Amino acid sequence: MKKRVTRREFLKTSAAAIGGATVLGGVTPRMVLGQTPIKVGVVLPLTGPYAGVGAMMRDGILMYHETVANKAAGRPIELIIEDTQGAPANAVTKLRKLISYDKIHVGMGGFLASAGYAMAPIFKANKLPFLSPVFSSDDLTQRNLNPFLLRVGWTSSQPAHPLGEYAYKKLGFRTVACIAADYAFGYEDVGGFQRTFEEAGGKVVQKIWVPLGTEDFGPWLQQIKKGVDGVFALAVGATALNFVKQYKEGGLWEKVGPMIGYEPTTDEFVLQNMGDEAIGIISAHFYSAALETPENEKFVKTFAERYKKVPSYFAESCYVALRVVKEAAEKLDGKVDNREAFLEAMKNVEIKDPPAPRGPMKFDAYNNPIQNVHIRKVEKLGSKFGVKCSLWNTVVYTYPMVSQFWKYDPKEYMKQPPYSRDYPPCRYCD
Amino acid sequence: MSSGKLVNFKFLGFLLLVVLVSPLFLPTYIVSLLTQAMIFGILAMSLDVLVGFTGLASLGHASFMGVGAYTVAILVTEKGYGFWPSLGAALLVAAVVAAIFGLLALRATGVYFLMITLALAMMVWGVAYRWYRLTRGDNGISGIPRPELGVPWSMWVETNFFYLTLCAFVVVFLLLYLLVRSPFGYSLIGIKDSENRMQALGYNVWLHKYAAYILAGTFGGLSGAFWAYFNGFVSPPDIELTVSVEVLLMVILGGAGSLIGPFFGALIVVFMKNYLSIYVGRWLMILGATYILTVLFIPKGVYGGLGDLVQGLWRLRGKRPEPVKLEDSV
Repeated sequence: MKKRVTRREFLKTSAAAIGGATVLGGVTPRMVLGQTPIKVGVVLPLTGPYAGVGAMMRDGILMYHETVANKAAGRPIELIIEDTQGAPANAVTKLRKLISYDKIHVGMGGFLASAGYAMAPIFKANKLPFLSPVFSSDDLTQRNLNPFLLRVGWTSSQPAHPLGEYAYKKLGFRTVACIAADYAFGYEDVGGFQRTFEEAGGKVVQKIWVPLGTEDFGPWLQQIKKGVDGVFALAVGATALNFVKQYKEGGLWEKVGPMIGYEPTTDEFVLQNMGDEAIGIISAHFYSAALETPENEKFVKTFAERYKKVPSYFAESCYVALRVVKEAAEKLDGKVDNREAFLEAMKNVEIKDPPAPRGPMKFDAYNNPIQNVHIRKVEKLGSKFGVKCSLWNTVVYTYPMVSQFWKYDPKEYMKQPPYSRDYPPCRYCD
Repeated sequence: MSSGKLVNFKFLGFLLLVVLVSPLFLPTYIVSLLTQAMIFGILAMSLDVLVGFTGLASLGHASFMGVGAYTVAILVTEKGYGFWPSLGAALLVAAVVAAIFGLLALRATGVYFLMITLALAMMVWGVAYRWYRLTRGDNGISGIPRPELGVPWSMWVETNFFYLTLCAFVVVFLLLYLLVRSPFGYSLIGIKDSENRMQALGYNVWLHKYAAYILAGTFGGLSGAFWAYFNGFVSPPDIELTVSVEVLLMVILGGAGSLIGPFFGALIVVFMKNYLSIYVGRWLMILGATYILTVLFIPKGVYGGLGDLVQGLWRLRGKRPEPVKLEDSV
């Protein structure tokens, strides 16, 4: 799906072009048409089960394109947006199309980790720089490093490391039960949390893996051990709505303990549809719509005005991705046709002046952002920045400039096995 | 077969010629879509043996594609197997799985058969999704290189891989054609038309169905092997229920019981999915409308409908359609 040009716009531009050409007479066609565009190929799940998230991502990109910059160093930035239906095989087909048919200079997008793993060999083989705003599988910027992948989002365990420490040091938790969706993303979240929490002195006493797509969490919630200080909970997508509700209705806040959710559990995308049951959930991520900075205030206001919803990191990350493209293209003075040079320029982009809505950001040697991680707590505010919405992820603490390796040495870190269902082992489970 | 012959070889020869030269003037992206359509064409044709010739509507055919694809993916990435042994293994594993599934599914008929195949397909999906050590779970297996055939043409070039797939497609088509035109094939059609009668005539109906099921599964595995090589990647969504449904729709769209028809179904679906979607945001609605209109107005499917149209045009020109030969009519 190309960005549509309405008929009126088309008439206007063509009339202007023809008019201009007639008036000026002998201008060269190149001057009339302007410079050739920088082509940005975007693959998003715009239909199918993840269509809602896909739309949020698209809006983030479009908003940057329409309100901030649609040109870099005089060259227009052209967006070519393709639908993947959320299936990795389609993402691969669409990426091939963008490369061979549209001849894009840079690709971005993708939602599921599996789509990331599927597309990786293709953009590597074609030496195409690819920006990942969302898919977060740890190993794509660690043990399974792909030199052409530049992440503007996060690795799954990146915010989990500080969260583990926060739970022990600031919340005073000593024992925690984990309940999470049963797939690689869940393993990486729980693994990261468990590692730092236990290194600080805490004990993870239970890990419950819930099949992805579960709607009724009742049977699983009953299994959570009583007497823990808190529960680390990860429910993804729309299932988070039910999870949070059932946790409250089952009286687990009182009977078991407070909930630490991970990003998706209270992502603004689902939070907008939750009620009072979500109040008090602590979570961690690189972004919150309630982050109190002038850049974020402007971002949230404009986004809410244009798309009638509160942005979440899906939108912010895509917004920043296009900014990275633009700044790199400007540094190269528009000469983006050498893909390796373009990639190198993007890696060296440092977002600080002005910072992104999320705050400052730069890339580490493994192409993953070093950025702030915010500890957030769901509060009922009614409205913020003049945008009406009941619940917000109020930022209660910020860990500045967190790397994907937390405080560990990257080489040592990568010698350990990747976080999985059985790693780190649950030493305190019985 | 109302339009006489099952397959019009003159037409197909012409079509083959067009397909053979098409990469010369088509952009690589379209060529890769054609490759994809042929891979799904193999899968849809193998399903047609069940749906169109034996009367067994299966909702789990993508699982055989999945078995073939995962076999190739695992053997190539972990054991470094070459093209021929991987392909052989994919066929073998698919055949074995089909032999086991057939024992379970063929106890039932009609809707019950459909439900059992659906359940079995979900099991295959579950294995792909949950047996992390073998299948890498949700992340899928990536990094499957294109085959090395010891020929001077690199299969990384889309056009070369296209010709490889075309060879496989033609071979599968001819084999399946021989199959459905053999006495065995006619018995299958007999079973589709009246199972009781075939039983009364002394045919071992169950064994016929079982053999057809295994054959269809094996060729499904072949399509999976090519799918893995084509994408360089397999993951659970490749073999989801929606894919099985899509393949069944390809068969119906193209014309069940016409063998080559399902390939046209695959062609239409693949191109709508990947080409129409460039221009139309709501392409899914168009695809849906196409399905409904086909079922309502050309129940014989696109290929059968096309045949009728051509015959009608011949009639308009005052020529009689070719008389229906006895051995070809079914």
